[in-house]
Amino acid sequence: MSQRIVIDPVTRIEGHAKISIYLNDAGQVSDARFHVTEFRGFEKFCEGRPFWEMAGITARICGICPVSHLLTSAKAGDAIMSVRIPEAARKLRRMMNLAQIMQSHALSFFHLSSPDFLLGMDSDPARRNVFGLIASHPDLARAGIRLRQFGQNIIEMLGGRKIHPAWAVPGGVREALTEDDRSAIRSRFPEEIKTAMTAVGLFKQILKTHDTEARVFGNFPTLYMGLTNPEGKWEHYEGHLKFIDSSGNVVADNLDPARYAEFIGEAVESWSYLKFPYYKPWGYPGGAYRVGPLARLNICKFMGTPLADEELGQFRQMNPGAANGSFMYHYARLIEIIASLERIGRLVDDPDIMHTHPRASAGINQNIGVGVSEAPRGTLFHHYDVDDNGLIKKINLIIATGQNNLAMNGTVKQIAQHYITGPKIPEGVLNRLEAGIRCYDPCLSCSTHAAGMMPLQVQLLSPDGTLLDEARRN
Amino acid sequence: MAVKTLTIDDQLISAREEQTVLEAAREAGISIPTLCELHGLGDIGACRLCLVEVTGIAKLQPACTTRVAEGMVVVTNSQRLQNYRRMIVELLFAERNHICAVCVANGHCELQDLGLAVGMDHVRYEYLSPQCQVDLSHERFGVDHNRCVLCMRCVRACDEIEGAHTWDVMGRGTASRVITDLKQPWGESQSCTSCGKCVLACPTGAIFRRGSTVSEMERDRWQLDFIVTAREKKQWII
Repeated sequence: MSQRIVIDPVTRIEGHAKISIYLNDAGQVSDARFHVTEFRGFEKFCEGRPFWEMAGITARICGICPVSHLLTSAKAGDAIMSVRIPEAARKLRRMMNLAQIMQSHALSFFHLSSPDFLLGMDSDPARRNVFGLIASHPDLARAGIRLRQFGQNIIEMLGGRKIHPAWAVPGGVREALTEDDRSAIRSRFPEEIKTAMTAVGLFKQILKTHDTEARVFGNFPTLYMGLTNPEGKWEHYEGHLKFIDSSGNVVADNLDPARYAEFIGEAVESWSYLKFPYYKPWGYPGGAYRVGPLARLNICKFMGTPLADEELGQFRQMNPGAANGSFMYHYARLIEIIASLERIGRLVDDPDIMHTHPRASAGINQNIGVGVSEAPRGTLFHHYDVDDNGLIKKINLIIATGQNNLAMNGTVKQIAQHYITGPKIPEGVLNRLEAGIRCYDPCLSCSTHAAGMMPLQVQLLSPDGTLLDEARRN
Repeated sequence: MAVKTLTIDDQLISAREEQTVLEAAREAGISIPTLCELHGLGDIGACRLCLVEVTGIAKLQPACTTRVAEGMVVVTNSQRLQNYRRMIVELLFAERNHICAVCVANGHCELQDLGLAVGMDHVRYEYLSPQCQVDLSHERFGVDHNRCVLCMRCVRACDEIEGAHTWDVMGRGTASRVITDLKQPWGESQSCTSCGKCVLACPTGAIFRRGSTVSEMERDRWQLDFIVTAREKKQWII
């Protein structure tokens, strides 16, 4: 008997997902779908609000990466005002974004994913979480937590608070960094670089014992997209967009992020509230592309800092052309932590950031503003249409997790096909399906997963829609 | 100058006969919550937060418009009054769309402060969630009706201090709205002098400086005091 899930729209996301697995007549997995069952409505209720408020409102989309929305929204505001923000503001915003990437990646690796690697994919689910990690690897867990704390502290020093700082505004930022804060940041560097290097070394060991995961966790060809600078350097805040294919060939380069609508389409499926962005010239779903750490490392020519470049060299050796396995997201994330730390180290000594006039003012000079930056999980777009007074008429947000939607679905299908051989879902397989999604560090898992459990529901369906097995955690 | 002797919260107080219960209480260091009241503006007793119990009078009386009287016995903080005050604040929150976290006045808002003061940990009434507009047509200021509590400070500041009477109120009950001139967009108002006194007077984030972002609306209310004192007493005191 087929089952229909009725979703009562809720106003907050993060944490509710469903997977449907379809079996063919031979009892093999024919398809699998990853459903996101929350409805947010931000694009609707932001209408009619002043664009100055957008940074504060859209930051509420996420409690893990509010900084990404804050900065991207502020950039869209800069475009509406047609201002070139003061250099101090530009560099301070870059610093906050790096701190954000670092703390979010640390959360993803240490708190969420490393229990799978270090305690085992099939280990007791009651202990397979950050608390289990603290019990079994206390030094590593502590170092990981401190690394994340360091990123959060920088965000707090700049914005006044760790979560939802109302700091970046259209035209720049509200306040510069103090000399005390600079000293505090400098003093933590040796410890945090050491933690990041330990983690990347650890992951290289993990790769040796997880070759099946590396092979079947979303290992298929897609396009990759991200920001890069004119020299091809790893970028996270400005620059142009670049697409490459699964062999590393450049598909499109020097794309103006503000004209995203010309090359990114958004498909909608009736079974998920998450849209399915795709590369327009290649159509849907052939134009599937991945964003985030893996994509950013695949598209860049170099990282631009010594330690990160050394690690990128090893990453490239392991994955010539482009890394196509989503398990490598973890590896890419750790290299980005190193790069972020090194770049913050440079910025903190940059005299420009001490200028006391970090905010430009202007009126409404454009009716359209597009802001684009790299969030920890991938490229984030904020597009605002405003009237002549600055009230939002239309808003479009393309979130990183959405752009990985096609790949996440492909990953779930690949894992299901590899591990599911009968009408029952063993717990270890359920965890591998989760772990496959976790490679992308999707925003929807942030809050609930941080407590150790993703309220995931997996259904195994026969060709006539009969529910053969169901596993759930909540 | 006649002096009246009265009792407020068991405290024997002497007050000038033209003083209100609110003024007498404040002079004696007794705090009564207010919202529509603002020094320098005429009192209208609109918000009902300063209601007090007066012995011998069955109905509660607004302290801001009740004159002191000889032998008067006033209670300002009974359980009954606390219950009513919390109810009033909850009703204000339920009537419009007050979203503190993203409001320009967050941290500098008298309604928010009142919520804390009366112990409002949640709102027991159904939110009306009305569709309210934001008017950004003025070159320097904006008005967001979502955050208006109809205290009429803007109306009084504009009328009594500036003398322009640009602001007024239209409609009845929950459909009431503050308007500029005859409900023109603020930017098209011919009477508005763009003095900004309404911005200074507003207790919430309803009237704000254009371009303000979350928590940025701090107001220098002493400027209103300064003008009123200068005009009435010919004293220019900051």
